[in-house]
Amino acid sequence: MRFFSDTAAGLRIAFRALVSNKLRAALTTLGIVIGVTTVILMITIILGLNRAVEGQFAFLGANTYYVSKWSWFERNWREQWMRPNMTPDMALRIKEESKLAMAATPLDDREMTVAFGAAQQTGVDVRGVSEDYLITNSVAIDFGRFLSAEDVRRNQPVAVIGAGIAERLFDKVQPIGQKISIAGWKFRVIGVAERVGSFFGQSMDYFVCIPYGTHMKRFGFDPRQNSTTIIVKAASAADMEDLKWELKGLMRRIRKLSPTEPDDFGINDQSLIMGAYNDLTSGIYTGGVIIAFISLLVGGIGIMNIMLVSVTERTAEIGLRKALGAKRWMVSWQFLVESAIICAMGGLVGVGFAWGVSLAINEFLPTYMPIWVVGIGIIFSAVVGVFFGLFPSIKAANMPPIEALRHE
Amino acid sequence: MSNFSNNHRALIEIRGMKKIYDLGSVQVNALNGVDVDIHENEYVSIMGPSGSGKSTLMNLIGCLDTPSTGEYYLANERVAGLSDAKLAEIRNRRIGFVFQTFNLLPRASALQNVELPLVYAGESPSQRRRRAKEALEAVGLTDRMKHKPNELSGGQRQRVAVARALVTNPSIILADEPTGNLDSKTGAEIMELLDRIHNEGNTIVLVTHEEEIAQHSQRIIRLLDGKIESDRRTTSV
Repeated sequence: MRFFSDTAAGLRIAFRALVSNKLRAALTTLGIVIGVTTVILMITIILGLNRAVEGQFAFLGANTYYVSKWSWFERNWREQWMRPNMTPDMALRIKEESKLAMAATPLDDREMTVAFGAAQQTGVDVRGVSEDYLITNSVAIDFGRFLSAEDVRRNQPVAVIGAGIAERLFDKVQPIGQKISIAGWKFRVIGVAERVGSFFGQSMDYFVCIPYGTHMKRFGFDPRQNSTTIIVKAASAADMEDLKWELKGLMRRIRKLSPTEPDDFGINDQSLIMGAYNDLTSGIYTGGVIIAFISLLVGGIGIMNIMLVSVTERTAEIGLRKALGAKRWMVSWQFLVESAIICAMGGLVGVGFAWGVSLAINEFLPTYMPIWVVGIGIIFSAVVGVFFGLFPSIKAANMPPIEALRHE
Repeated sequence: MSNFSNNHRALIEIRGMKKIYDLGSVQVNALNGVDVDIHENEYVSIMGPSGSGKSTLMNLIGCLDTPSTGEYYLANERVAGLSDAKLAEIRNRRIGFVFQTFNLLPRASALQNVELPLVYAGESPSQRRRRAKEALEAVGLTDRMKHKPNELSGGQRQRVAVARALVTNPSIILADEPTGNLDSKTGAEIMELLDRIHNEGNTIVLVTHEEEIAQHSQRIIRLLDGKIESDRRTTSV
């Protein structure tokens, strides 16, 4: 392009004008800065959530169904409340009668205090499960072993502890073989699970697994949950759909439902969580888009105002340029570039702000800011600059050269 | 008509030119029927009291404005009724402006100021630089190219403006009170520069209200109330 160097000159002029009017430029671009900060923050939060979520629902186990009294994310609470409770022995029947399930375990869990000597940890998720939990939830064992079928059958007071518990309670001592107390009852530690990490800022390593029979006997049902969940794992992903129908039939048989009665249980899986998650993020998206749109509108109007002032201030310059042979589009091009540059700078500052804020947010919400977001922020705000610079630049382009030249 | 337009001999040919400003309640006849021919390498002054229409005539000659009625041929090209873009092109190629207030871009160097018309002409950067340097050398500012206007004296600024007017090699140099903001000594220097440019073959149209300045030209057109009052050759040439 033959006007590249003029563009470069335009950039220089715009930049100098900005520097000599620091406060004005700062105030003008504030709206853009806020708008871009919002946009970028939304993007980084969504990206961060997506990254955190990616594969993270694996803690629910891959290819698994959660058969429960409750149907997740359905709102018929009253109807669900009236459903009969589920019991751990249903897991055994499912395991016996299902052809597609490779493992099935009951799950009763309650938050309790776990102690070893003087050290203690409150709010530990104590799970009553069978030996199949190792398979359904892909538990990896670091030391010792998981619950055996024998432990479960005989309701042994043994426990497999999460890496977080091991760290918290066993500072110097080897945990295997030690006696820990859960809500006052003694359990022997037989295994330590590998570190899982955290999910949404919450550590996934503060849990204890004990045989479900022992859990029932010592702690009963969690009054909030009041029903056992049964985790069933398919042999392969391809079997998932068939397994769902098989489980439905099995459960209806167990519950002795007539063909006209609706299901009084839920067969839940990760996709339900993903569905709810997508609803949540689309909410964030929509909110973010609206906020960003409003602040960019406000910012854009600010830019338009300042560009109109700039056009008026430089009437003589516009006249001179026209006298020297600048066509309309050349004049408007100069002001568009200037407006785009001012906005792009605001965008850059906004990206910087967003970066700082996303670091702060990262303490409690996962955020992720890839480098292309910087480009998006700058280009986006430059586009706003061009859009809102359009009217002032046309005004400049339409100035009659004599009027403009006469202006002092 | 086409036959007529193809047979011009004068560089500038103005016929029956009128310019009427509509101020709402009143109409002002700034120019009220003007006929002028200016030939190549002429050195013409336009004089007249304020309100006589000399600024309007200069704007029309400079293609900064279009006449209400009448014809204007510049270098065999019919100017009246052309589009804005076309007028901008003609200003760029055909006319070199020198203003009373210099009208330089304050933040650009002398060289950049002189390059500006070439930017709009679409010249390559290296061509621009070369030609702008030549123009600045021609006005004797070889050692001031990198200076900004505020680092230059009034006379030097006007020299930069003259260089800018010369750089596109235009058909006419249009100077509007070029010495109006200068002291008499520097003013005389600028007039010497214009005389030299004229001697090198350029056509110059000078708008002034000073007799002494007008005496540099070969011909003085005097306007009064939007009409030509007299059009005479000067005694000195």
